[in-house]
Amino acid sequence: MESSKVYVNVMAEFTKDGRLLPRSFIWKDGQVYEIQRVTDVRRAASLKAGGVGIRYTCIVNGRESHLFYEDNNMWFVEER
Amino acid sequence: MSRTILHSDCNCFYASVELLHHPELRGKPVAVGGDPEARHGIVLTADYIAKRHGVKTGMALWQARQVCPDITFLPPRMDLYLRFSKMTHEIYGEYTDRQEPYGIDECWLDVTDSAGIKGDGYKVAQEISSRIKSELGITVSIGVSFNKIFAKLGSDYKKPDAITTMNKDEYQTKAWPLPVSDLLYVGSATTKKLYSMGITTIGGLAQTDEKILIGRLGKMGSILWSFANGYDDSPVKIENTSAPVKSVGNSTTTPKDMETDEDVKIVLYILAESVAARLRENGFRCRTVEISIRDKDLYHFSKQVKLKNASNITKEIAEAGYRLYKESYRLPADEYEKQQLSPELFQKPLRSIGIRGIDLVTDSFWEQLDLFTDPGFREKQMKMDDAVDVIRRRFGFYSIQRGLMYRDRILSACDAKADHTVHPHGYFG
Repeated sequence: MESSKVYVNVMAEFTKDGRLLPRSFIWKDGQVYEIQRVTDVRRAASLKAGGVGIRYTCIVNGRESHLFYEDNNMWFVEER
Repeated sequence: MSRTILHSDCNCFYASVELLHHPELRGKPVAVGGDPEARHGIVLTADYIAKRHGVKTGMALWQARQVCPDITFLPPRMDLYLRFSKMTHEIYGEYTDRQEPYGIDECWLDVTDSAGIKGDGYKVAQEISSRIKSELGITVSIGVSFNKIFAKLGSDYKKPDAITTMNKDEYQTKAWPLPVSDLLYVGSATTKKLYSMGITTIGGLAQTDEKILIGRLGKMGSILWSFANGYDDSPVKIENTSAPVKSVGNSTTTPKDMETDEDVKIVLYILAESVAARLRENGFRCRTVEISIRDKDLYHFSKQVKLKNASNITKEIAEAGYRLYKESYRLPADEYEKQQLSPELFQKPLRSIGIRGIDLVTDSFWEQLDLFTDPGFREKQMKMDDAVDVIRRRFGFYSIQRGLMYRDRILSACDAKADHTVHPHGYFG
């Protein structure tokens, strides 16, 4: 089984009250995906991709996906 | 007032953390164990599937492969496990400031105060368990009780991912039928003694007369008796006040056997550098040096020597260790001697060696000067060690080395200080 953990480049914003919010990420095919909305932020483990970190539940193209900020300072997405 | 104590134990900690990071291996037998190439070949932790096949902690890798042919071995990643351990402590920290780690994966928590807010200890345990599962992706077993001993029994009672209560009205039915060897501090020797007295269960121990136990086991008899009866009232230590350090030591199994005095000297100096640096870092000096030696057939012994002056000087500790080794073991002095002289003259090559500073005193400990040592010279050496510490802190461990290390780059290629591992404190601190 191939790992479904995909590390991505992320454009993120630090808000003035100190929060970190991802705005868009570049998928492995080079396409840029805008994050329309972040609906939930919490610390969580990804059993599917294998890793832990801060989980951002994002709405991308009208669909929900999980973007993780791992504690090695890298971002990954669970591939469907 | 009755307390609420939890004991939380991460199930197959190393294996669980590895499985989280290797989703493709889930559902297969997995063991975390040393790198067979570097010969640290034992199983540190096996997952439940491997355990069912009979793989046990401490087995050599080849033994594990025999009982479970399709097992996957993963090299340990200590930094990752320490990070996970820290994250569990962060979660515990949201429920209490009284947490006492017991090793890297176990912890006692005194949640008397938050149990009042959440309802009871069981509810707190449920919350912690589900948070660790969702936030860290690993499972814990938690024991809920009114003292530390029964809480630990509870966490061992049912695994994995379980919560067991050992309340005052339950311990006689739940804990007492358990074999006496399940009790903390009943090891194989004590178990044998107790069996010879006809005591096989914790309940049996509890109902034996305390004086008889003291007669057989000494003061430990009284302690175990009160453990079994639930009289243990030792407090859960407040965060960051862990038991004071009793010794600072390092040991290593080298990538190849040490066959000459020179090999041993290189390794001893590396280990001594790490021990002395950690003594200095923590503001200690040691008054006794101990070395432990294991040959390639795993025969093992250790020796100690008292130092004339309490010391954290690398050279003094290393030399004391090397002297001890020379007094107690015989290997060829160097490659030349090894080739010229017959091997019967010598003992077997060494597989692993360790050195530790014990009998610690603080840096400011008074000192009796004598006529024959030169305090000025010692002071210079201390300054030199300090200078080396600073250089290493700024430019890395390998930026400055003893000339000796260039004699064998394979043996000297280890940063013992950064690689050193954490061992649990004893219960009595």
